[in-house]
Amino acid sequence: MKALMFGWEFPPHILGGLGTASYGLTKGMWECGDMDITFVIPKPWGDEDRSFANIVGASQVPIAWRDVSREYVEQRIGKYMDPDLYFRLRSNIYADFNYMRTNDLGCLEFSGRYPDNLLEEINNYSICAGVIARTLEFDVIHSHDWLTYPAGIHAKQVTGKPLVIHVHATEFDRSRGKPNPTVYGIEKDGMAHADHIITVSNLTRRTVIENYGIDPAKVTTVHNAVTPLSDELLAVEVKKPKEKVVTFLGRITMQKGPEYFVEAAAKVLKNNHNVRFVMAGSGDMMDKMILLAAERGIADRFHFPGFQKGKQVYEMLKASDVYIMPSVSEPFGISPLEAMQMGVPSIISKQSGCAEILDNVIKTDYWDIDAMADAINSIISYPAMYQQLREDGLKEVNRITWDKAGAKVIDIYNKVLHR
Amino acid sequence: MKAICFYFQIHQPFRLKRYRFFDIGNDHYYYDDFANDDIVTRVAHNSYIPAAETLLRMLERYPHFKCAISITGVALEQCEQYVPEFIDLLKKLAATGRVEFLAETYAHSLSSLADPDEFANQVRVHDDKIKEMFGVTPKVLRNTELIYCDELAPQIQAMGFKGVITEGAKHILGWKSPNYVYSAASAPKLKILLRNPKLSDDIAKRFSNTEWEAYPLTADKYMDWIASTPPEEQIVNLFMNMETFGEFQRADSGIFQFLEALPHFAKERGVEFMTPTEAVSKLKPVGELSILHPISWTDESRDVTAWLGNKLQNEAFQKLYSVAERVRLCNDRRLKQDWYYLQGADHLFYMATKHFADGAAHSSFSPYETPFQAFTNYMNVLADFIVRVEEQYPLSIDNEELNALLTTIRNQESEIETLNKEVSSMRKNIEHFNEEHLLRGADAMKAESKPEKVVVKEAKATKTSKLKAESKAKTTKAKTTKKAK
Repeated sequence: MKALMFGWEFPPHILGGLGTASYGLTKGMWECGDMDITFVIPKPWGDEDRSFANIVGASQVPIAWRDVSREYVEQRIGKYMDPDLYFRLRSNIYADFNYMRTNDLGCLEFSGRYPDNLLEEINNYSICAGVIARTLEFDVIHSHDWLTYPAGIHAKQVTGKPLVIHVHATEFDRSRGKPNPTVYGIEKDGMAHADHIITVSNLTRRTVIENYGIDPAKVTTVHNAVTPLSDELLAVEVKKPKEKVVTFLGRITMQKGPEYFVEAAAKVLKNNHNVRFVMAGSGDMMDKMILLAAERGIADRFHFPGFQKGKQVYEMLKASDVYIMPSVSEPFGISPLEAMQMGVPSIISKQSGCAEILDNVIKTDYWDIDAMADAINSIISYPAMYQQLREDGLKEVNRITWDKAGAKVIDIYNKVLHR
Repeated sequence: MKAICFYFQIHQPFRLKRYRFFDIGNDHYYYDDFANDDIVTRVAHNSYIPAAETLLRMLERYPHFKCAISITGVALEQCEQYVPEFIDLLKKLAATGRVEFLAETYAHSLSSLADPDEFANQVRVHDDKIKEMFGVTPKVLRNTELIYCDELAPQIQAMGFKGVITEGAKHILGWKSPNYVYSAASAPKLKILLRNPKLSDDIAKRFSNTEWEAYPLTADKYMDWIASTPPEEQIVNLFMNMETFGEFQRADSGIFQFLEALPHFAKERGVEFMTPTEAVSKLKPVGELSILHPISWTDESRDVTAWLGNKLQNEAFQKLYSVAERVRLCNDRRLKQDWYYLQGADHLFYMATKHFADGAAHSSFSPYETPFQAFTNYMNVLADFIVRVEEQYPLSIDNEELNALLTTIRNQESEIETLNKEVSSMRKNIEHFNEEHLLRGADAMKAESKPEKVVVKEAKATKTSKLKAESKAKTTKAKTTKKAK
């Protein structure tokens, strides 16, 4: 079966959980066999793993005809795309886009991030999707998250192939219930056009059904999984402080509930001084959190090391005794699973999608700072608690693999194709 | 001849309230009174009371009917507090003389696996309570959750029990049948009664299961099964929780009528009833039974993993018993009470991380959402408890030294008492002497006022000597306590 996937991020250049999940799922589906997947991203860097999917960069898709030689194309974008594909795409340009800011190859520039002109970039991405859909052969279209819904709809309208959209998050999660109407509109449009909707948790499924008014029969949950960590990452060495370390890793935004972590930390520190707290990441609430920690008088024990990337993340986890994710609304939340892979006991909010599939973690309500403080204290004070969560957590997380999720997605493809 | 030995278990733990770690050192009350009241009252009205009434009717109507009941000390305390009417029924049952009360640990604890002294102590305290309330002394022991192994047998025998009750676990028996009396391999005079798991669970677990092929189970059919066991088999031990009647199997399933009809159909088939004591004294053991590792009647595996199956449980268990000796040295009444309540095996049961059917059984009884919550809550309470134990006597002195000091202090009290007695007897002597003196004076008919003065002087002297003795005693006492600190 051939699938055309639209995504926004792809490892190793990722900004959040979306890239990790897209990568894992694609690979998991490929492992199930008999899958030919083309994965479109706005801007490839050339170092993506292409062993299980054909990566196509929208930034190499011509939308305006340029008379260029094969050698020139080879030299300009050979690193990212087969020149043959370039010429095939060029012969499928469907309108005159010369008025747009195209480059010497007739392509558009993409940042591949979340710039201020994000809506424009989404629109450009959709234009490229039209060319791709007219060129390639595929059975089903799969769009990851709202940024790529317009592209998916476009591809569906051009080819009549079924569209599956994958909801990794909704605007309701990101905005704590006060959605941006434009984004909500794009999401709702995508869901209305989709033949089937995949959500990453039952929590998200409910949001889709209740807040977007979608027929429940059309929405299926496929929980995310984790890719096994490489031995190199598992073996990272770090120097641990002599105190216990409790870590929060993620964007410091409203959605992640950072203030509840600070409040819980203040409660723990009142009775237990053998502990340090770390809030790693960046975000629009960071300054507020620094202020809050100072107000509570715990700034000497509460640290903000900033945004962590790549290996740093795993070093940070390795040095931690407890991982905490107090998200107010988390569609899935892959980071506690990563912490568990590193053998770090996790505390997660009941409002997280991953709480639906995890047993060997401590679950509290995000607002229940008493319970959270109690859980933190329990893990750092009672060695048995730490060991039990660590060992059983590791066993549990190693069973959550992407091939199982991939098989479920393939089932959904078969359903929409009436096979 | 064949006999049925019925025994019903009654137990309710003191459930803990939500106890956060910042309560440690501040709040010394640990129990969820509301939940305990609510559950005990509910279970009593659904099950204990109607079951006891049914048993009373059966005892009245069928003179050959007998059974045994075992109720933990902590359950008795809760019943006394919340449903005293049930205690009255138990007393009526005891008064018939055909209901035996069994011995067990007062706190429904796992002390037998950790601390022989504590085990002996709790069984004794439980015996005393049963004697006090029902006027009978238990002769057969049923350890917490039917836990038993070879190692325990000599101690149980030494405590004066004729028999012990345990599970007829398949992995122990193999080809052997539970329907005989056995003797303990490590203490041959101690007899073992084994629960018949199949026939017991037919009532306790399967009675109202409509998917069971034997559904509906009638007393007639059930007694047929018992009668059709091989004729040489002596006894069928049906041991189950009292909650089977009315709580696990609801009243509308007909469980009470089933129970009430059993003696009638037993008589038809010539099946008798026996109490555990009768069984161990009348029946001859057919052989020795050796049980190397502890068994119980709980979970599929019938071992102790329901309470000590993971790290959490073992940690909590060890922490708890690490202060056992120290607590026994203390005199604080509330501390001792909490010590019993915290030993309940239930607290460990809630921490189990088992899955599937066992896991469901654990979580259906647990007041907690997860085993981790159960552990955290219990450990917080235990931390506070240990702080209180340490406050009693400083940890820097080891138990032996402390014991020696405590003996001196205790002896000193009796010493002071004897000294006081001496002082008072001396005083009496002096008074006597004075009186005699006075009388003599009167007899002599001499001076008028002189003797009175003497009396006053002498009285003063006794007072001062008494004071001196007291202050001396006080200083010695202060010295010893200082030493202790």
